[in-house]
Amino acid sequence: MIDAIVFLPLLGALVAGLSGSSLSARNAEVLTTGLLMLAALLSWVAFFQYGLGGAPLDVHVIANWMTAGKLSVDWALRVDTMTVVMLVVVTTVSSLVHLYSIGYMADDPSRPRFFAYLSLFTFAMLMLVTADNLVQLFFGWEGVGLASYLLIGFWYEKPSANAAAIKAFVVNRVGDFGFALGIFLVFALTGSVSFDTIFAAAPGLAHKTIHVFGLDANAMTVACLLLFMGAMGKSAQFLLHTWLPDAMEGPTPVSALIHAATMVTAGVFMVARLSPLFEFSPVALSVVTIVGGMTAFFAATVGLVQNDIKRVIAYSTCSQLGYMFVAMGVGGYSLGMFHLFTHAFFKALLFLGAGSVIHAMHHEQDMRNMGGLRKDIPFTFWMMTIGTLALTGFPFTAGYYSKDAIIEAAYASHRFGAVFAWAMVVIAAGLTSFYSWRLVFMTFFGTRGALAVAGHHDDHAHDDRAHDDHGHGDHGHVPHESPLTMLVPLAVLALGALFAGLLFRNSFIGEGFAGFWKHALFLAPGNHLLHNMEEVPTYISLLPTLMMVVGFVVAWLMYIRWPGSAARLAGANPLLYKFLLNKWYFDELYDFLFVRPAFWIGRLFWKGGDGAVIDGLGPDGIASRTLDVTAQVVRLQSGYVYHYAFAMMLGVAAFISWYLAGGVH
Amino acid sequence: MFGFGILSGLVFLPLVGVAFILTQNDQEAAGRSNVRFAALITTLATFLLSVVAWGRFDQSSAAFQLVEAKHWFGGGLGYKLGVDGLSMPFVLLTTFLMPFCILASWETITFRVKEYMIAFLVLETLMIGVFCALDLVLFYIFFEGGLIPMFLIIGIWGGKRRIYASFKFFLYTLLGSLLMLLAIMAMYAQAGTTDIPTLLATHFSAQMQFWLWLGFFASFAVKMPMWPVHTWLPDAHVEAPTAGSVILAGILLKMGGYGFIRFSLPMFPNASHYFAPMMFTLSIIAIVYTSLVALVQEDMKKLIAYSSVAHMGFVTMGLFAMNEQGVQGAVFQMVSHGLVSGALFLCVGVVYDRMHTREIAAYGGLVQRMPLYARVLMVFTMANVGLPGTSGFVGEFLTLLGAFSANSWVALFATSGVILSACYALYLYRRVIFGVLDKPSLAGITDLSARELVLLVPLVLLVIYYGVHPGPVLGASAAAVTHLVQGYNAALHVTQTAALTPLIGH
Repeated sequence: MIDAIVFLPLLGALVAGLSGSSLSARNAEVLTTGLLMLAALLSWVAFFQYGLGGAPLDVHVIANWMTAGKLSVDWALRVDTMTVVMLVVVTTVSSLVHLYSIGYMADDPSRPRFFAYLSLFTFAMLMLVTADNLVQLFFGWEGVGLASYLLIGFWYEKPSANAAAIKAFVVNRVGDFGFALGIFLVFALTGSVSFDTIFAAAPGLAHKTIHVFGLDANAMTVACLLLFMGAMGKSAQFLLHTWLPDAMEGPTPVSALIHAATMVTAGVFMVARLSPLFEFSPVALSVVTIVGGMTAFFAATVGLVQNDIKRVIAYSTCSQLGYMFVAMGVGGYSLGMFHLFTHAFFKALLFLGAGSVIHAMHHEQDMRNMGGLRKDIPFTFWMMTIGTLALTGFPFTAGYYSKDAIIEAAYASHRFGAVFAWAMVVIAAGLTSFYSWRLVFMTFFGTRGALAVAGHHDDHAHDDRAHDDHGHGDHGHVPHESPLTMLVPLAVLALGALFAGLLFRNSFIGEGFAGFWKHALFLAPGNHLLHNMEEVPTYISLLPTLMMVVGFVVAWLMYIRWPGSAARLAGANPLLYKFLLNKWYFDELYDFLFVRPAFWIGRLFWKGGDGAVIDGLGPDGIASRTLDVTAQVVRLQSGYVYHYAFAMMLGVAAFISWYLAGGVH
Repeated sequence: MFGFGILSGLVFLPLVGVAFILTQNDQEAAGRSNVRFAALITTLATFLLSVVAWGRFDQSSAAFQLVEAKHWFGGGLGYKLGVDGLSMPFVLLTTFLMPFCILASWETITFRVKEYMIAFLVLETLMIGVFCALDLVLFYIFFEGGLIPMFLIIGIWGGKRRIYASFKFFLYTLLGSLLMLLAIMAMYAQAGTTDIPTLLATHFSAQMQFWLWLGFFASFAVKMPMWPVHTWLPDAHVEAPTAGSVILAGILLKMGGYGFIRFSLPMFPNASHYFAPMMFTLSIIAIVYTSLVALVQEDMKKLIAYSSVAHMGFVTMGLFAMNEQGVQGAVFQMVSHGLVSGALFLCVGVVYDRMHTREIAAYGGLVQRMPLYARVLMVFTMANVGLPGTSGFVGEFLTLLGAFSANSWVALFATSGVILSACYALYLYRRVIFGVLDKPSLAGITDLSARELVLLVPLVLLVIYYGVHPGPVLGASAAAVTHLVQGYNAALHVTQTAALTPLIGH
């Protein structure tokens, strides 16, 4: 069964991608979507067997991948609760996104390619979550990176999409640089890359000191920090986050699947999967906590002022990933996984809802040109509202259970950095509520284009390609509700956003914790986080809900009660506004620090190093000296003396060589 | 086979084709066609014969196999051929790539077809000879002889600056080889034989090893090429015809790595150990420096040539890590790079044949007219980047893993190469394939022809197959590599326990 779940999407990708024109676009859509739904169905069966049921850990070895010395890497599928949780998230969201894309991409001429990429992505993601060793994890890890690169750059005629695709791949590679070194170090320490072996060896390495990179450091700490660097890249954490907002250049279903629900959570999954390693390095966990808290706060601040509807949700994703890492950092792996699970539903819902808005607005993405849409597209409006309620943690929705639990855990933890992280996530909770409701108010309330700035049409974000048949002056058009293929996925995800928390809270983080996770998560003997959380005072538990209300009220005041006050506030604090609008100037900083120097050094090495120094002193220099000499010689002789001389020299050299070889005998 | 073994058959079969081609008149279309088919059939037959040899090869043994020996020049020098797990993969790689070279030249070479095909077949004989030779002088003859046909291929059928490039190539490599010749003579003086298996069992003194190592290094470093003696490669690649580039990148560069693994490491273990830090340093410089240079190239072939230097940096790094992962990774990386870089040069050839320019700026938006080409190039670009699932990953991963065990700093710097390779490879792909196709010159460009598909699809499949299942290559070299590493460590152990004066005195 697990083989079917993993390889059905690959089958779909290959058929849709390779059959070319012999398969109609409609057939490609139906085939890939059908296979994905089958995989999703099987995944839920697996979820009930291995997660809620009692089936034990199952490792299915397919074949050997590579063997060199004592290194042995297998292709193997590992099925336990961690895996099945991810399986249902990935295949459910993916199948819904496939279905949704049939409607969303209806005008696009390259649909088979699009669906092939989506299915390829799903396959790589499934290989990632079923990995039984670090190298297969890395395979899936880079595989989803490739699919992400292809899908961000799907509209290859747009220079901005191409740039964003490369940026995503390269920034992820920076993280993978650390991930790879982490694998090498783990192998050097344990002689293996298989999970079971390295997990068994971990306790013995907890206090081992190794000499690496010129330092004497704790082995587990260095290994975990290197591996975490990979997680930071994939999950767009602070400092390696810059690619995620740009990735919104891809079609909206891609943003929902890859850049919200699944791929970006791979880093969280990795830390949870490697909990048997991380639990032995308090230092690494502190770093995880601090980075997570910083990301949650930073991304939320940037989200406050963005005007592109997709970018707001992208920063929100970034921020929510920070929450998950805070949970990991304080030792609440199940909390982080639970938030990953619920977040997949409501964030995919928000993205697909945004896609429905964009579709209704004829590929308009700037919220300043929207407004009052709740009457035109009521279904989408209600779906977006449900998503927003779940995201902001409205009582009894999914986010209420998972997000608030993380905030409590940060308070209850004694980990160094937990206090900082707690402060960050509490503030971020308020900010989340504000920007989420701001989005709803700007899009669905007020009057159309009321907040529009004159002359905006030149710079706002939209994709030209699908836009052509609608024309640019679209203010005359009536926004239209999306087709059924797009609305059904919204409805299904909305059910998840409303009830996933209520239904699964007990299993993931409540009484059923031990029976659900079994041995998939590891908690060190000193980890009493879940117990400590029960002793958190009530006013602390209520704080996130209070922050949510405050955020809502402020957004309501600024965008409904007194429209225009937001612009006045921005005008009164131009420096702060610019700082946030330009995303803390990270892109500019990295361009200055890395991109331009790389090209400059490259040119210096090429023209200066290779050209002037090596060739100048080497072959060209010698050649020109030789030419000077031969010029003199040629003046004495005439004809083809040079050629004869060359031949003679070769002959003499050969003769002498032979003579010497024989002579020393 | 006619009193010879199968390896002699492999070495001399291309020359049979040459003999036939010599009888043809390439002034007429029919004659030219005969020449092409004769060359293709010869290379295919050679490939099939090498597969037969592969079938008789016993992977589990580290010893030389299929050995054949004849006296030559009165006993001092021998004609001796044989293969082990370190050379067999390269023999197969050579015979496998040759038919691709002939096919790649099918329509593009119209001038002196006969001489061109003869040059390639002679080159094949010499290349197979290099990997099969079990006599040092025989090895040297094959090794140096290969220069001549390559020199002609670049100098006659090359681009505008072909004369400069061919002389630069020839003189660089010749200079290095002369020092190797001196070393060979010194070894003969001490051991009294040029028989490679005997020399492998001979112990050279530490001081002698030092000089011999340097002599061989001069030749192999140029061939690899290692920084800073790499500048002949971009020029040679740019000027060489497509098939010439394929052979250059696919096989000739591998001779340097093969040389290190066949001679330097097993015969001079102490010197190798002594020089390992220098090799690591040069490897890291090659990886980082040439990757950055590749980033700013404006010529497609030059970019791929520089990326070749970077990838060969992984090879030297893996070899001198001297553990099983490093050395096996290096062998695999060489085979993989042979396939991937060969394929990349074929891909450049595809568009060069249509547009007659290699300027990156002359292209853009090709995916609209050439969707098949875009897919094929994507696979090879990803293999060049070292994406898991392609053969490029296995080599890079194993060499880095091996290097980390040897020295974590080396792995740290070399791993930065995976970031840089993504930068230059994707940047190239974007400029050539993506974007809007708005250049009038490209408006009529056609997608891959049937011949080009036949050329590229097998390579696509093989690159992915070896990425998912590298077992055939890794398994072939495993026994020999284990033997090599054990011998190396034993030699070092002896030296260390004997507490000889360190080599640093020099």
